[in-house]
Amino acid sequence: MEFLSYLISGLSLGSVYAIIALGYTMVYGIAKMLNFAHGDVIMVGGYVSFVAMSSLGLNGWLALLAAMAVCTLLGILIEGLAYRPLRQATSLAVLITAIGVSYLLQNSALLIWGANAKVYSPLIPLQNAAGEPNVVRLFGGQLSISYISLLTMLFCIVIMIGLTLFTSKTKMGKAMRACSEDKGAAQLMGINVNRTISVTFAIGSALAAIAGVLLCSSFPTLMPTTGSMPGIRAFTAAVFGGIGSIPGAFLGGLLIGIIEAMAKAYISTQLSNSIVFAVLILVLLVRPAGLLGKYVPEKV
Amino acid sequence: MGNFTERLRSMKRTTKVNTATYAGVVLAWLAVTLLRSGGVLGRSASGLLVPICCYIVMAVSLNLTVGILGELSLGHAGFMSVGAFSGVIAAMSLTDSIPSPVLRLAIAMVVGACFAGAVGALVGIPVLRLRGDYLAIVTLAFGEILKELINCLIVGHDENGLHILFNYNGLKNVEDLHLTERGLVIIKGAQGATGSQMLATFNAGVILILITLVIVLNLVNSRSGRAIMSIRDNRIAAESVGINITKYKMMAFVTSAALAGAAGALYGLNYSNLLATKFDFNTSILVLVFVVLGGLGNIWGSMVAAAVLYVLPEALRGLDKYRMLMYAVVLILVMLGTNNPQLKTLFGKLLPRRREEEV
Repeated sequence: MEFLSYLISGLSLGSVYAIIALGYTMVYGIAKMLNFAHGDVIMVGGYVSFVAMSSLGLNGWLALLAAMAVCTLLGILIEGLAYRPLRQATSLAVLITAIGVSYLLQNSALLIWGANAKVYSPLIPLQNAAGEPNVVRLFGGQLSISYISLLTMLFCIVIMIGLTLFTSKTKMGKAMRACSEDKGAAQLMGINVNRTISVTFAIGSALAAIAGVLLCSSFPTLMPTTGSMPGIRAFTAAVFGGIGSIPGAFLGGLLIGIIEAMAKAYISTQLSNSIVFAVLILVLLVRPAGLLGKYVPEKV
Repeated sequence: MGNFTERLRSMKRTTKVNTATYAGVVLAWLAVTLLRSGGVLGRSASGLLVPICCYIVMAVSLNLTVGILGELSLGHAGFMSVGAFSGVIAAMSLTDSIPSPVLRLAIAMVVGACFAGAVGALVGIPVLRLRGDYLAIVTLAFGEILKELINCLIVGHDENGLHILFNYNGLKNVEDLHLTERGLVIIKGAQGATGSQMLATFNAGVILILITLVIVLNLVNSRSGRAIMSIRDNRIAAESVGINITKYKMMAFVTSAALAGAAGALYGLNYSNLLATKFDFNTSILVLVFVVLGGLGNIWGSMVAAAVLYVLPEALRGLDKYRMLMYAVVLILVMLGTNNPQLKTLFGKLLPRRREEEV
């Protein structure tokens, strides 16, 4: 029973990672860049929803929508101002710019909201009006799952299915896949590459906002650096599953979450990051392109 | 004097640049030493000198991996960390047997370089099989793993030798080392190295920079260096003319790690308290920024960028809370500016000689 409850908490954490990793992987697939600022968009999403709830008095769901709207705009803005001029530049130049954007977001948040941790009120309150915890009890009360964990997992599955349908069925989704295969050829086929990349950033950032709200609902502290570690873990998850692959990001996120929860529970809290990273290294040694990634050998 | 100009003219371009690089370091050392003896440099400015030297060595060594070998490494601070803590342990445990601080500092740097080089070799074997962004994430992962492992170390020294504990479950503490009365705790787990002697000096830093330059510049301009650069430019072509890819990749990677270790040892002995979390992902990124802004493969560029960008946030201290924001904006603008095609052609027109040579 203990194992099951650790598994559930791992799945819930993994779902958040998976949502972030989906954003990472989509942007990587199309723009071939590591968007290090993605983690900080999560943080911005968290703060926007926090402000919407505490200062504007909106309810949690409206705050989530507000966060998504702001982050979508932010994503389009970042892509247009910082990344688009560098489309022809080396990948390292883009990486450093992304790091610059990440610093910019963190320090802007520091200036606006201060360094002190804010106490976030979760999307679903931890306790109901009667003061009982909002949990589902299974096996005669031995296993309890909080509503927020269930909601996180539900969100993750819905987003995953939605994105798969979007990329395979819609015109925009097909344009995205075409751009990630070959930008030049896509342009010749009449696809507006710049607009497609913008839309990808918009979707990725909206997902980051959802992840931010869910993350802060599960771990209710909010700081300017809240996004960086989940961002790095989600990036690990995206690579783990095979970067550029949507099902890969989903699988990678869940596995990283479970490994982290298990490592914390059974091995060592201090070394939980190391264990996650060690598993990543082992997987990459056996499958250099990640679990579900396509290995493309160089042709001479 | 005529003889000198004659010789200068007959030198190759790389020889000129290298000589100028050495001369620049010596001149900078001279200028700083004069300023210090004249009392122009205040305490806070003097305190920056040793870290600047460390970061210059870090940038030059990372340039060997990123600029010369062409592989993106995001875990360079991990090697610095290994060097720092092994160096501190060496320097502290030899306090009784070797009284001379200069000698102990030198030993600490050598020990730091050896340990970091060994870890670099261990990391390099799996890492260098991967390519591009996968290599980047694995170096990042190794950097984080090294940080956490060092965070679990408890090390002490007494007349019976070194006592090392690995505090993986957070339950052990300093008492479990069972040191004798004269024993000395060197690293206290998550609290890091405390009470270390501050042996590092600016002169030692400059000597380390010069040694680094001798190693890196000679490597780059040697047969091995050309092999390493050929791997960067076209791996498949290099392999097809019989260059042993793994050997040269390892050579560059391990050299880079060892130099970072020496820089780490110097850094570690510059502070009485040192935390393993100091050497995290952000430090790796900081050094990477120095390398990229200084120019990939450009050794003196890395040095200038490291010195200027390390001082910049301190110089902006007057702007208080806005300084890191300014830093971020400057970083983005520089990247956008240096990669702007219009500006590039403008610079190309301003510097026609250089363009010819590159062609």
